[in-house]
Amino acid sequence: MSAVLELKKKYTWKDAPDMLTSYLFIVPALVIFLLFGLYPFLQVFWLSVHSWDGISAVKEFVGLQNFIEVIRDQYWWQAMKQAGYIAFLALTFQNALALILALLVDQDIRGGNAFRVIFYLPPVLSGIVVGLIWGWIYDGNYGLLNKVLEVFGQGQFARAWLADPKTALTCVGIIHMWKGFGWGFVILLAGLQGIPRELYEAADVDGAGSWHKFMHVTIPMMIPVFVLVMILTILGTMQIFDIIASTTNGGPGYATEVPVTRILASMLGSSRFGYSCAQAVVFGVILLIISLTQLHLSKKMKQA
Amino acid sequence: MRSQMFYRVKRGAFLILAYTVLLAVAAACLFPLLWMFGSALKTQETIFSDFSLFPQQPHWENFVVAWTQANFNTYFWNSVFYTVAVVLGLVLFSSMAAFAFSRLDFPFKNALFLLFVCMMMIPLPGQFVALYVLLTNLNLVNTRLGYILPQIDAGQALAIFLLKTFFDKIPKDLEDSARIDGCNKLGIYRHLALPLAKPAIAVVVIFNCLAVWNEYLLAMLIFSEKKLMPLPRGLMVFQGTHLTEYALLMAGVSITVIPIIVVYLVMQKYIISGITAGAVKG
Repeated sequence: MSAVLELKKKYTWKDAPDMLTSYLFIVPALVIFLLFGLYPFLQVFWLSVHSWDGISAVKEFVGLQNFIEVIRDQYWWQAMKQAGYIAFLALTFQNALALILALLVDQDIRGGNAFRVIFYLPPVLSGIVVGLIWGWIYDGNYGLLNKVLEVFGQGQFARAWLADPKTALTCVGIIHMWKGFGWGFVILLAGLQGIPRELYEAADVDGAGSWHKFMHVTIPMMIPVFVLVMILTILGTMQIFDIIASTTNGGPGYATEVPVTRILASMLGSSRFGYSCAQAVVFGVILLIISLTQLHLSKKMKQA
Repeated sequence: MRSQMFYRVKRGAFLILAYTVLLAVAAACLFPLLWMFGSALKTQETIFSDFSLFPQQPHWENFVVAWTQANFNTYFWNSVFYTVAVVLGLVLFSSMAAFAFSRLDFPFKNALFLLFVCMMMIPLPGQFVALYVLLTNLNLVNTRLGYILPQIDAGQALAIFLLKTFFDKIPKDLEDSARIDGCNKLGIYRHLALPLAKPAIAVVVIFNCLAVWNEYLLAMLIFSEKKLMPLPRGLMVFQGTHLTEYALLMAGVSITVIPIIVVYLVMQKYIISGITAGAVKG
């Protein structure tokens, strides 16, 4: 009823004072949003087709030149690949661990809530703090990891884990997974607990074993949750920054550079604001494509 | 009988395996934090040789030194200030806007709401470049306001969305009777809508407290003056200048982490239900 009425409603001058006081409610949020949200958002696109050092008054229009350069920038794609590698680790190892733990706790285990509280502790900490703690554990001279290896007679493997190009990226990935798995666990557990128990009971009546129930009840019911966790894992991991900043800062060499550190390097390091915005646009588009692809795939799987 | 016996043995074996895995992972979760805390109590001499989890002679004075001489008292109170300011502003502005989008009527209402929601959905992680340019132009670099306002913006779209769905559920009758009792818009917002939305506001408060307390990138971009820095930024400055003073660094890290752990343990019910509710809806 109200929908029809609203379509026909015309605002008249008589309503003006009432409208005005209504607008007052949204003005603070709207002003902050327009100034610090929408304006910088649009500005990124505008700057991306300009050449600008961040200081001078002139911003020279260069068309798509910045974008062509991004596409040819080998360090940019190396950074993208490295973030992709960490995302791959998180998608497989981190999410597998999260799923196993969620399946275990879902079996009406005593102390389930205590485990939930403990597993979700790393995700509430800042990446800076987590990076500094793990940096101390990985430390080449005095770190705990090398000490433990030594005690177990494996001293030959000891190294400066975060300063060695062969191990730095994987070690950063491990820190990231340590911080992240509890988050996946909590969401997956909520998904498992949301599956109606009647479905399992019906499967019992049909004489299905646990494996059968897992494959034909749990997995199909969990697909939307899996897709959600996958999207958020990829989006979150590709944007990794705090852990990098507090451990390797992109090094050694370019071994742990990620997109955000490249954007910062173009901006603060070489004062190329236009170029950094072009990188930001390319990055945003790639993230958008990833999440749209996954949503599309999940819709297809639901229909199948 | 036999099958029951079999079931019990199977269940027992399962429980042993399950607890082994769960306890091992829980230990892996907690150990780095215990190691951090233990390291904070060692001295510059013992920290490289004493590998006990908790030193025999704990040097609590490290915390005093970090607090007074390494500026962590400044960083700590800055973090408290920023967190309170951002969250207060955020809750006030977003609840007002959500109330208007839900219960009031004005031209372009739906278009404006859609704009908020769309901006929430589109990822543009590089937006900080333009934000930094803007803050420079507004002379907000190295100011508290320049750190607070962008973070209100960062949190408010989701908060408005969450609170609006909450306000939508308030029965029209309740609003009408309040109006008959002489409440104007502001009165309905303050005396009816806000008290009813307490659970949703609690979720908004907790998540934004965590986000602001842990924020680093913006603080790195705009603060070069130590007296304005929040904890994560201060930690990085300390690490940059005292590269090998691990005991003090870990004391600083502990000062950053302990408040968040306390808040988390007190609020964990809301936090975990908040993340699952958000995820299921999203």
